[in-house]
Amino acid sequence: MIISVASGKGGTGKTTVSTNLAVSIDREVKLFDCDVEEPNAHLFLNPEFENSTPVFTFVPKIDADRCNGCGKCAEICRFNALAVLGKKVLVFPELCHSCEGCRDICPEDAVEEDARELGVIDSGHRNGIFFVQGCMRIGEAMSPPLIRHVRSYARPEDLVIIDAPPGTSCPAINAMKGTDFVLMVTEPTPFGLHDLKLAVEAVKVLNIPCGLVVNRSDIGDRQLWDYAVQEGLPILLEIPFDRSIAEIYSRGQLLVEEVPSWRPIFARLYDAIVDTIETRRSIQ
Amino acid sequence: MKELVIISGKGGTGKTSLTAAFAALSSNHVLCDADVDAADLHLLLAPQIKQQTDFIGGSIASIRPADCTRCGICIEHCRFSAISDDFVVNSIDCEGCGVCVTFCPEQAIDFPPQKCGEWYISDTRFGPMVHARLGIAEENSGKLVSLIRKQARDIAEENGRELIITDGPPGIGCPVIASITGATAVLVIVEPSVSGLHDMQRVVDLASHFRIPVLICINKFDLNPDMSATITTKAGQAGLQIVGRIPFNPAFTKAMVEGITLTEYRQADPDLLTLVSTIWQTIVQSDALQKKQADSILPIINI
Repeated sequence: MIISVASGKGGTGKTTVSTNLAVSIDREVKLFDCDVEEPNAHLFLNPEFENSTPVFTFVPKIDADRCNGCGKCAEICRFNALAVLGKKVLVFPELCHSCEGCRDICPEDAVEEDARELGVIDSGHRNGIFFVQGCMRIGEAMSPPLIRHVRSYARPEDLVIIDAPPGTSCPAINAMKGTDFVLMVTEPTPFGLHDLKLAVEAVKVLNIPCGLVVNRSDIGDRQLWDYAVQEGLPILLEIPFDRSIAEIYSRGQLLVEEVPSWRPIFARLYDAIVDTIETRRSIQ
Repeated sequence: MKELVIISGKGGTGKTSLTAAFAALSSNHVLCDADVDAADLHLLLAPQIKQQTDFIGGSIASIRPADCTRCGICIEHCRFSAISDDFVVNSIDCEGCGVCVTFCPEQAIDFPPQKCGEWYISDTRFGPMVHARLGIAEENSGKLVSLIRKQARDIAEENGRELIITDGPPGIGCPVIASITGATAVLVIVEPSVSGLHDMQRVVDLASHFRIPVLICINKFDLNPDMSATITTKAGQAGLQIVGRIPFNPAFTKAMVEGITLTEYRQADPDLLTLVSTIWQTIVQSDALQKKQADSILPIINI
């Protein structure tokens, strides 16, 4: 089973929820940090990293001896990663989406495989949790391929928690799609609700069951609760604003370790997720 | 003309609340909301839309079953596993590369351009604003960001407005790169936490990669004074100017609930308002925005 922890708005508490949830579940669990642009879960989990592997993607390299300057490669490239100047082909590797159309179309077999580094995959353990994160290279624009690499560490029998990136576009979609449940972390403010609605629409497109965690539940206003009722979204946990929680977070500590009374609350959150998935299955 | 882009790396540090507060303190500017994925600035500025335009992003492949001979060449060429065994393109997985379209021997694959969102030119009580809404689960956010920044520049040019204030997205990927390339300076809003510091360092590295001057503002600095001191030290070592430190204050959220900027919120602590105003003056007078080469802005990179 894969649970993705997502949100429309950034900074609502995805990492807090995914890390505290992972350490509170009484069975073997994998935690994947798919917020590869700004991976933070490791700062709270403090895993012992055992492996660090750079990940590359295809970009074209032109064999000048074979190239006759026909320009078919530039023609097929929808991403402007190739341009022909006179008889010379220029490659802009940062724009390449690795579709390999240029290699497929070249009549002279002059397009060779080169590589662009997407970032690094780090993996390791802490207290029985297998942790994997992607860390995107500074200057790299495309996060989805690296997100997919992180997710390739899941096996069908695993319980996996994914810390997803914020937003509703391709990075968030690539972290959420094909998961069994989306745990949406939000806050009851106009920004939180507005972005939650966008994220919930994205989850509907993906057709995944979804439940909410309301963080800082006593700030803002009450519109979020009306929306949750209207959409039939279960609120599985409310975490009130507490300066001491914010301070524990700011130091990189886990709430369930600093305030042990939170541990059974996060364990019950997992049970509530399992119940929600089962209820939905039985309805269908 | 100058362009200040407000970013953070980490989400939820206060980018949009501060962008709106600065908009209320500034004059002769154009506003731009480049967080097209989860745009929120309009919730505080209530823009009156004057012009609405469809954003046509990339194209998505679509197989015509009547013409498809199920030869499988498209599946062989698709590097994104977007075509099912029964020859249906999954529009979420389709990258829009069009390789299948080119190679289909029956020419049975259409490649219609997609409406991926909308963008708007609006009036607000604090001047013109360019903003957008990316469609749900759509790609090409970087392209849309580049487009609206270009629009903001055109409006500034036509109306003799000297400054563009751009609210940027979180992260360091495609929409962020599209938001900051060619800008005069970026203002990084950081919160004093281990993750705030970590994410600030990555976004500062990104700005340095594109040679854009960086200003730092620490928000909610009193939630962890030790971490704020660490951030101050690290910024100093990197030669980055800290334009101010703002304490945690519920007035930001209360103003947001009212749908107004902090600057307009009557119950806000006057000391807080003075502080935010001073920070804005510091930003305007900073070397990053004032130095001579800052007068010429560079092209936006299309990604």
